[in-house]
Amino acid sequence: MKRRGLFYLQLGFTLLVCAFLVVPVFLSIMAGLTVNYFVGIESGLTLRWVMEVWNGYRDTIFLSIGLSLACLAVTLVIGVPAAYVLAKRQTALTRALEEMLVLPVAVPGLATALALIVTYGSLSGFRTSWAFILVGHVLFTLPFMVRSVLAVLSAIDLKTLEEGAASLGAGFWPRFRDIVLPNCRQGILAGSLMVVTLSMGEFNMTWLLHTPFTKTLPVGLADAYASLRLEIGSAYTLVFFLMIMPLLLALQAFAKPRPAKFVAEDAE
Amino acid sequence: MRHETRRLILLLLPAGIVFAAFFLLPMARLFFIGGSGKTGWAAYAAILTDSLYLDSLLSTMAVAAATTAATLVISGISGVFLQRHKFPGNALLVSMLTFPLAFPGVVIGFMVIMLAGRQGLIGQVTQALTGEKLVFAYTIAGLFMGYVYFSIPRTILTVMAAAEKLDPKLEEAARSLGASPWRVLLDVIIPGLKPAFISAGAICFATAVGAFGTAFTLAAKINVLPMVIYTEFTLSANIAMAAALSFVLGIVTWLVLAVARTAAGSSVAAAG
Repeated sequence: MKRRGLFYLQLGFTLLVCAFLVVPVFLSIMAGLTVNYFVGIESGLTLRWVMEVWNGYRDTIFLSIGLSLACLAVTLVIGVPAAYVLAKRQTALTRALEEMLVLPVAVPGLATALALIVTYGSLSGFRTSWAFILVGHVLFTLPFMVRSVLAVLSAIDLKTLEEGAASLGAGFWPRFRDIVLPNCRQGILAGSLMVVTLSMGEFNMTWLLHTPFTKTLPVGLADAYASLRLEIGSAYTLVFFLMIMPLLLALQAFAKPRPAKFVAEDAE
Repeated sequence: MRHETRRLILLLLPAGIVFAAFFLLPMARLFFIGGSGKTGWAAYAAILTDSLYLDSLLSTMAVAAATTAATLVISGISGVFLQRHKFPGNALLVSMLTFPLAFPGVVIGFMVIMLAGRQGLIGQVTQALTGEKLVFAYTIAGLFMGYVYFSIPRTILTVMAAAEKLDPKLEEAARSLGASPWRVLLDVIIPGLKPAFISAGAICFATAVGAFGTAFTLAAKINVLPMVIYTEFTLSANIAMAAALSFVLGIVTWLVLAVARTAAGSSVAAAG
């Protein structure tokens, strides 16, 4: 009977933790739709704040979507081939390269952003364009694409598949296109969702890299939190949730995020 | 075979160029700029010798350590529970615990304001109960709360994956030998989860040390290192000091992760 009690104790605790995470989300959604949050829900529901966000911060939404897609394109083009090489040649050198690629995730975004500014900040055309932010996002998201594809490639018997194709006369590039790419579809999908989601929410770097003309959604959020009334901040957060929720649901549904992404995926 | 090596290098090259040009080179430059200010290379020592920076380093470490401890306890309890007991609604609880994974720090800061800010829930409840309004969002306690908020989703999956691999037979054996649930926890479950705790804990710690968005949203009187760096850079325009401090910060987080990786025997990296 004692074990039953323990069960309910743990269940209660877990529900409390869930409440801690979920309640503020609901509060903020409510606040974004309430006429006056201080008075409460009695003051009525409205879409006025959402409209104000749309009018004032529409650009940030489009910039964030564009940036995350550009970031996805770049990480696909440079990340998938890199993952293939890392899967194919498992030497001390490639392992060191893999470790290095993860550095921008380990090092605080603030440091990376400062480093980019002191190095390329004087190239004014580059500094003021959205490409400057893109560079930061690519550095930060690339490891997720590489790891995700690498995990899938390490799990399949790539060598046998490729040897089979080679013995049938397939050259290097046809093998890459017809054998390797289709086989790491799952990893590419998971990596892509992760890249887009992270790019959409990146703030630590972006806050330093942005200019008044290149404000992303999280930058706009920080702006709104600091200077506008709570209801507008909330409505803006609501817009952000609406954009990111489908991505998160998709991630949970078919990508099954690997525990902490980086915990010993390689068989040791 | 030589031919193939050349092709492989070709495939690795684009990522390598981007990485070298936009990460390695800038980081090297950051390092040298850190030593180019009024005080020269002493800027790197200032983090330990200047009480302003040392204080912020210590409070950053303290809040990160507290976050890590609290998160591991919370994720440990809930993670093992959700892995062990499959009941209707289990999957829903797991997704509720993991969905804030992609919230940026600024949004987390706002969540803290919703809970503990001037118009927050905690303030309203405490006012109704005691007549005294409890507001702590803009202090180090609020920052701690925010860091725990974003660390839970990051650690719970790791704990659950590790709990799945624990052998229930070991616990049965311990129990049949008369061990109390408390002893089973201390001698069987926690040692079994130790590698997961180390790697997840390192991620928590490193993320909390380097996080900036949450502190930025809560602003005010929070004196953590990333805020100090930001102030040096923007308000004081002391770029050399900001560079030195952020380089040190980067080394600290990298070291924490590297040490944890050796200890846990698996690859670890911070996220977000």
